[in-house]
Amino acid sequence: MNVVTPFEGIGASVKRKEDLRFLSGRGQYTDDINRPGQTYAHILRSPHAHAAIKGIDTTAAKAMPGVVAIFTGADMQGIGGLPCGWQIHNKDGSPMAEPPHPVLAQGKVRFVGDAVAAVIATTRAAARDAAEAIEVEYEVLPAVATMEAALAPGAPAVHEGVAGNVCYDWHIGDPAVNAAAFQGAHKVVEFELVNNRLVPNAMEPRAAIGDFDPTTGDYTLYTTSQNPHVIRLLMGAFVLQLPEHKLRVVAPDVGGGFGSKIFHYAEEAIVTWAAGKIARPVKWTADRTESFVTDAHGRDHVTKARLALDAEGRFLALHVQTLANMGAYLSTFSTSVPTYLYATLLAGVYTTPTVYAEVKAVFTNTVPVDAYRGAGRPEATFLLERLVDVAAREMGMDRIEIRRRNFIPADAFPYQTPVALQYDSGDYEATLQEALKVSGWDGFEARRAEAKARGKLRGIGISTYLEACGIAPSAVVGALGARAGLYEVGTIRVHPTGSVTVLTGTHSHGQGHETTLAQLVTDRLGVPLAQVDIVHGDTAKIPFGMGTYGSRSLAVGGSAMVKAMDKIVAKARRIAAHLMEASVEDVEFDRGTFRVAGTDKTKSWGEICLTAYVPHNYPIEEIEPGLDETAFYDPKNFTYPGGCHICEVEIDPDTCQVEVVNFTAVDDVGRVINPMIVEGQVQGGVAQGIGQALLETAVYDESGQLLSASFMDYQMPRANDLPPVSVATHTTLCTHNPLGVKGCGEVGAIGSPPAVINAVVDALRDFGVRHIEMPATPAKIWGIIHAGQRLAAE
Amino acid sequence: MYDFAYHKPTTVADAVKILSADPDARPISGGQTLLPALKHRLNKPTAVVDLSGIAELKGIRREGDKLVIGALAKHGEVANSPEVQAAIPALAQMASTIGDTQVRNRGTIGGSVSNNDPAADYPAAVLGLDATVVTDKRRIAADDFFQGMFTTALEPGELLVAIEFPIPEKAGYAKMRNPASRYVMAGVFVAKTKSGVRVVVNGAGPGVFRQAEMEKALAANWSADAVAGIKQAPDELNGDIHGSAEYRAHLVTVMAKRAVANAG
Repeated sequence: MNVVTPFEGIGASVKRKEDLRFLSGRGQYTDDINRPGQTYAHILRSPHAHAAIKGIDTTAAKAMPGVVAIFTGADMQGIGGLPCGWQIHNKDGSPMAEPPHPVLAQGKVRFVGDAVAAVIATTRAAARDAAEAIEVEYEVLPAVATMEAALAPGAPAVHEGVAGNVCYDWHIGDPAVNAAAFQGAHKVVEFELVNNRLVPNAMEPRAAIGDFDPTTGDYTLYTTSQNPHVIRLLMGAFVLQLPEHKLRVVAPDVGGGFGSKIFHYAEEAIVTWAAGKIARPVKWTADRTESFVTDAHGRDHVTKARLALDAEGRFLALHVQTLANMGAYLSTFSTSVPTYLYATLLAGVYTTPTVYAEVKAVFTNTVPVDAYRGAGRPEATFLLERLVDVAAREMGMDRIEIRRRNFIPADAFPYQTPVALQYDSGDYEATLQEALKVSGWDGFEARRAEAKARGKLRGIGISTYLEACGIAPSAVVGALGARAGLYEVGTIRVHPTGSVTVLTGTHSHGQGHETTLAQLVTDRLGVPLAQVDIVHGDTAKIPFGMGTYGSRSLAVGGSAMVKAMDKIVAKARRIAAHLMEASVEDVEFDRGTFRVAGTDKTKSWGEICLTAYVPHNYPIEEIEPGLDETAFYDPKNFTYPGGCHICEVEIDPDTCQVEVVNFTAVDDVGRVINPMIVEGQVQGGVAQGIGQALLETAVYDESGQLLSASFMDYQMPRANDLPPVSVATHTTLCTHNPLGVKGCGEVGAIGSPPAVINAVVDALRDFGVRHIEMPATPAKIWGIIHAGQRLAAE
Repeated sequence: MYDFAYHKPTTVADAVKILSADPDARPISGGQTLLPALKHRLNKPTAVVDLSGIAELKGIRREGDKLVIGALAKHGEVANSPEVQAAIPALAQMASTIGDTQVRNRGTIGGSVSNNDPAADYPAAVLGLDATVVTDKRRIAADDFFQGMFTTALEPGELLVAIEFPIPEKAGYAKMRNPASRYVMAGVFVAKTKSGVRVVVNGAGPGVFRQAEMEKALAANWSADAVAGIKQAPDELNGDIHGSAEYRAHLVTVMAKRAVANAG
């Protein structure tokens, strides 16, 4: 061992260690786990968007074959509600409305899919059969399915005591300074747009198994979670009142999360609590229909914006008013998404001196809305990058030139924005130039003419964006209302023969951490990749960590690992110094070899590790045996990835179908650990962004029924909807974490939607269109072309 | 799914006997419609009669100026059949675009035509080619067979055995897929047959229907230009979250042009 393998460390496109398991069908997902004596839960759900429960009769259902127990809200009255993790304050300083979020409905249902009863039976089918035999008497109440309906005067209340269905009315920025900046502006561009509601649709549906050992009183929850410790804390402390040492939460292989598996869901509490009640394991696995109506949805904003410009096209002020849909209840981090993860991004990559944003969060009789890949930042980016394009056109300016004129220059970092954030590094001109080059921007007009000859409308669109991730400095988010710290933890367990097990508080659900995090160890300690294993997702194994979301695993979790490795190297150098009879100061360590500086005296990594655990010749009075270290890392700031996305589309003017023919993403994600994984993450994000821009949308009817509740009506991107995506990176290092990394998980989904829509609008430039709402479906585009043609004919 | 009895007869007569005796029994061939409905508990048959063991329902053969396709012919078989490709290339091409590979390797022509989903492909070809539906009891002309959304001339217990397609002089098909389900959102099948020119619209309305104005235009002048100016009235067409009736009406003209251009 100790052969340093430069092709496995930082910067190497190592193939993913986890893929053999996943690609050969040997992943171990929650639903693959079966416990002795296991029972199955089926959740009876509300078919109504809003109704009072007048009675529930379970008599017939309880007598059905295989039924073990049936629980309703009445059985869970003493149980806490599902907590919201972030308290937002209104403009007047008062706290947001925070109505209870019962695990099982208490007298009322508030969305189609709200949990009414849990049937526990010996088979899944028996549970479902019995659920059909439960008689629920509903008094159907008028529902508010849209924010417009919820905010209308005299609208039905989703929650008693929440006036006007407003959760909070929050703002950021200085309204007086902002208003003053609009005075005397050369031009004010006014713009309204919608950020469409999305259904996350992770490939693996949510699942949970509750297990209880009556001899010890120990509970175990296996769950499809991105953050098992957070679930343990929320469910243990706030819902079921179980102390941490009696509750283990395991999040095994998880098949995609995209944010939707951050949150603490009712089913997790139900199966855990029910397992205790019946002293048997209880498994619940969502089917796809349940996923559509119970996984927290994403986005769903309606925004009005005004941008003031001077005669040269410099941005003077931005005023944004956003309505954000919360759905029927506050999901775990719902309240933070349209506030601190959205409005703080409204400076974007531009020097706009004043930004004032007002955000009203609204309850509706729909599925709760929470973080979804990008969480707030795609909404901010879509608004800004559409607005800048509209402004360019209305100013008669070039789209690139107006952006350049307003870029934060590369020498202006650290840069303090008017909306709280301080960007540490970036070079927006560099990513722009690279993207223009890769995409062949300058040759576009020729391609447009060539497409026209084929009868196609070709357009090109650009977005220059930035995001804040690596969430987050605990003190900062705490001051802003977060009810959690957001540090991360890593334990590096060095074994006697030198191999390494890493216990990380982050969680991999598709990102490739088992490879990327191992590369950090290989790079720092010189241990071959094959001798490094990453353990995550089990509160019985790992120290208390906060999990994975907001592109934080490397920036925060990786940094904790670096700190722990620093401790190990420091201790190992002391052991090496003892063995080589040198002073510690003279012992150098470079990837696997300890050397007395300037000599040929060396000790290998393996020798030191063995010595640490077989301490025969060892300074036992001064140094403890062993070579395990744990470190917690609390970031000093967010990280700020950014870049430039360019999209080229062709529209068939007959069918009005859009084909994305080319997509270029040049991102600055900080130091790149594994370029292949970064490319995959960006491509995946771009696929989701193209999905949002062209294909996906959750549609409710007036009564609150989800019309797009299956893949028959909800259009997920398929392989043939997606273009080849050219991915490149241009690195400026993060200045405040030890790896210089920024994060790559969300950039694709953040930068791409406006690039796509800007391209679609560009393709339709002859039809007098100013904006087209997402998704830009063929039917919508036909409406525009048709209206344009009718106008031309008149 | 709910419990049901399962039968696997080996003759049409046996299958018809079971189906006639029990009005709540359902035949199943490829299961591409019935199985999802069963899994979602949207259908509760007392018995499922699996037709896959019935040899009489299988096979694709040329009989003089007709192509006879057995009810159990899978979409993939129709798409790849040299007989179909030679006799009616538009039919093979249509079959090759139904669903995805998995669907084409399970779904059957008999199942699709019996089900008469307005967004299905095959009914357009059956009506457009003036085919004859052969059942265990009788022969039904395509014009009499399709009777609106999920409704056909089949009586309870009656089983579709084969479809006889007269070989046309020319035929073509074009469709726009529903962006989510990839079923037909609007499609047009055109054919120059012995009985005249036929233009059939599928996907856009509550069932397949003939477009008389386009038939007339193409009879006079078989060219894409002949139908380019003919507008389909949106009145009877479907409108939903994927597109209005007006958009579908527009697509009918577009697909008619493309179907003529594709025709071979």
